[in-house]
Amino acid sequence: MERKTVVVVGHGMVGHRFVEALRSRDEAGAWQVVVLSEEKLAAYDRVGLSSYVGAWEPSALALPGNEYAGDALVDVRLGVKADAIDRTARKVTTSSGEVIGYDALVLATGSYAFVPPVPGHDAEGCFVYRTLEDLDGIRAAAEAAGPGAVGIVVGGGLLGLEAANALRLLGMTPHVVEFNKWLMPAQIDEGGGAILEKLVTELGLAVHTGVGTSAIETVAGAPVSERLSVKFSDESELRAALVVFAAGVRPRDEIAKTAGLEVGPRGGVITDLGLQTSDPNIYAIGEVAAVEGVCYGLVAPGYSTAEVVADRLLGGAGEFPGADLSTKLKLLGVDVASFGDAHAKTEGALSVVLHDAAKGTYAKLVVSDDAQTLLGGVLVGDATQYSALRPLVGRPLPADPAALISPAGAELGADALPDDAQICSCNNVSKGSICGAIADGACDVPAIKSCTNAGTSCGGCVPMLKKLLEQSGVEVSKSLCEHFSQSRAELFHIIQSTGIRTFSGLIAKYGKGTGCDICKPTVASILASTSSDHILDGEQASLQDTNDHFLANLQKNGTYSVVPRMPGGEVTAEQLITIGEVAKEFGLYVKVTGGQRIDLFGARVEQLPLIWKRLVDAGMESGHAYGKSLRTVKSCVGSTWCRYGQQDSVGMAVLLEKRYRGLRSPHKLKLAVSGCARECAEARGKDVGVIATENGWNLYVGGNGGLTPKHAVLLAGELDDETLIRYIDRYLMFYIRTADRLQRTAPWQEALEGGMDYLKAVVCDDSLGIAADLEAAMAKHVEGYRDEWAAVLEDEGKLSRFVSFVNAPEESDPTIGFDDSGERKVPVLLGIPDIPVAVAPQLPGVTKVAESATHGK
Amino acid sequence: MTVIDTPGTATSITGWTQACRQDYLIPGRGVAVLLKGGRQAALFLTADGTLFAVGNIDPFGRAAVMSRGLVGDRGGVPVVASPLLKQAFSLIDGRCLDDESVSLPVYAVRVENGVVAVSNDPLVFQGGTA
Repeated sequence: MERKTVVVVGHGMVGHRFVEALRSRDEAGAWQVVVLSEEKLAAYDRVGLSSYVGAWEPSALALPGNEYAGDALVDVRLGVKADAIDRTARKVTTSSGEVIGYDALVLATGSYAFVPPVPGHDAEGCFVYRTLEDLDGIRAAAEAAGPGAVGIVVGGGLLGLEAANALRLLGMTPHVVEFNKWLMPAQIDEGGGAILEKLVTELGLAVHTGVGTSAIETVAGAPVSERLSVKFSDESELRAALVVFAAGVRPRDEIAKTAGLEVGPRGGVITDLGLQTSDPNIYAIGEVAAVEGVCYGLVAPGYSTAEVVADRLLGGAGEFPGADLSTKLKLLGVDVASFGDAHAKTEGALSVVLHDAAKGTYAKLVVSDDAQTLLGGVLVGDATQYSALRPLVGRPLPADPAALISPAGAELGADALPDDAQICSCNNVSKGSICGAIADGACDVPAIKSCTNAGTSCGGCVPMLKKLLEQSGVEVSKSLCEHFSQSRAELFHIIQSTGIRTFSGLIAKYGKGTGCDICKPTVASILASTSSDHILDGEQASLQDTNDHFLANLQKNGTYSVVPRMPGGEVTAEQLITIGEVAKEFGLYVKVTGGQRIDLFGARVEQLPLIWKRLVDAGMESGHAYGKSLRTVKSCVGSTWCRYGQQDSVGMAVLLEKRYRGLRSPHKLKLAVSGCARECAEARGKDVGVIATENGWNLYVGGNGGLTPKHAVLLAGELDDETLIRYIDRYLMFYIRTADRLQRTAPWQEALEGGMDYLKAVVCDDSLGIAADLEAAMAKHVEGYRDEWAAVLEDEGKLSRFVSFVNAPEESDPTIGFDDSGERKVPVLLGIPDIPVAVAPQLPGVTKVAESATHGK
Repeated sequence: MTVIDTPGTATSITGWTQACRQDYLIPGRGVAVLLKGGRQAALFLTADGTLFAVGNIDPFGRAAVMSRGLVGDRGGVPVVASPLLKQAFSLIDGRCLDDESVSLPVYAVRVENGVVAVSNDPLVFQGGTA
């Protein structure tokens, strides 16, 4: 067989993909490949160019396999440019003077950065943003100018914003100049652009839209940081150290033009869908190709063109399939997504827009004239719905378009999604492959995880996996654990109606086995929610997770942290001094928590009662900063001091914290009270958020942090104190009685059949007729509450449990160590040290010591 | 003397450390025992009245906290769950049910005149290491 030669001009991402595709399919070795690369580096990830900033490590961007090591059929010539094509003789002349004959020629020359013809555009200090060398030059200029110097980016598109971020990372003050009225005009609309501008401005970028650059002049004698004077179309002027042009790219088609190939009116080598140019032996791929007249400036369509040509050279008949120009990216940490007909160019297309300036999000859906079909959309600030919406383009809408983009609106159900919808974006797993796994016998979430990888990274898609299981008819077990087939809510009802007050009694009658770390704390919580016994009383003590067990937070080295209760965040000077003294005396690390409290870290078990005693004496409780219980009620300053305050938020926060302290629930509970709509207490991020208005309190519920943060939603408005408390009582008790184990308030609310309307009816209108019962249950809790830590101090039996060793109550655990040498006290995990220790002879409950202790080795 | 029935054969027990009176223990709740020689054991009384002792140091978290774990069973095997990251360990042979390559040492327990004592050295199991 006679081997043929294909010459590839250009070794960018697409050129490399072509070589890979050809070599992996050309099993017979029909083609010898010669690659000419003008850059001295083999193909690298140009899309990831910005990640070069900071590390400055070119090899990190190298594309895998770009050396074709050991492949005799690929010959890469770096730093060699193709100068001319002789189509008649089928020969390429290179910059090194060589002449290479070809059977097929593939143009993969890509594009060059477009520099607008501004006078002075070639002054020293002017750059483009295209290659690693460009970035090296920008870096040198930025460093010469010093920190804070102004750098101007001409162009506010995707690349311009990337360039601006690079300047920011280099310590410069970036200004972005965009000729259009808004940023990223190619991808997003004016409304999205406005939000994007606001968001990036907050991140330190200066943005000038609707402005052209009219001249760049070098200022004689000026310092490097101000060596350029840049003049704009609005007559303004800026002094800058450097200018980066990121105003778009143009196909590098000059070699094709010279060779007489047909090019498009706006550049690009014209090809058919097989990527064949006007010369049948020459193909064009990637950004230099104008496929049926259209150039695509994205890597994904470029890769498609490479695959098509590899197929064609091996006798296939592949055609360019068209391109999905949807994009989702994080620019400077801001989510931006654009998909389908984002600009509503389809005839009769309608737009539905949700513009939340306060939250900094913009969402637009473009739908057909009958509002039945999704055509495209734009998401700025929050693009979480992108993966669910993009696959729906061209298909019927599953719900009202406004509901699909509204934060409180419909979450897209599993059945609304087509098979190619990406469910797990971390591992790129589609709905189709998950449903396939379920059909093949995966019957629970762990099984889906192990056969598809979905849900194994961030876990954000696990709720969707459950929905898919439910939808496919797999019954997702509601059993609490292997010992109880009931759900938490069912166990709650059993305990409530039977009056069983022991775990052993409950498991004997309603469960099996001896329990575990799932059901025991759950039952402990239910018992605590239904009575006011001390949580360490009798058998109940053995059900508590370690935090409730020792009434403090377990830290990684086995010590505990103590967070004194400061209701509403209020504290007296005397109390602060006590906290400081305790910290000093016990050598504790001190940190202010996220909930306006003071956390004291590093207490040994035996120190806990001593610390509590000091706090009790100063009028403080230890505080529930642990367990599934009320943590804190955060507050702002309120009307007493704040000139904007409309109500006494501190007073209300103190009242609420005292009312609900000690309340055990399915998950931890946090509350906050803000004194006005400025929301300084961030109340809408809490399970219960109270915000003052001039006419009373607005009550928000179901704000959660965690993996999928949710804002609280309005339950009732303009309430007086009494109604507010009554509604919170009902809400919390209804949650405690009906939620699943570890189910936070937001998912609980969402899972309620009938949703918020139902919840409002239950809480505000008493539609179930249980309001009095819920209030009574809460009243019982409030009345029965006692300081749990003080109760331990008063009880010798309980107190005796607070030792490191049952047989050596005076000993501290010798494995606990700290590193005090740095600014921050750090626990040191020692492993298992072999330290000789004296064993104290006094054993609890032992009157006569049968065997005297000796010193160990 | 009662040696609590522990599977495997103890090949060397070089002495005992008294822990506490048996009636001081609460079923389902552990205590830590400082053994002569400096090792630490986590001693448990389970709901059915059986005594178990395993190493007190969580091999994953490297902190001496196993005595503060919750006791129960997994598929009928009595276990303690580490209070740090909740891995379950068999109280019978110390093996971790969530990671077969990890196990806790197991200590023999005896009761004499109502006082519980724990062996100073871990048991060595036939056909494997504890």
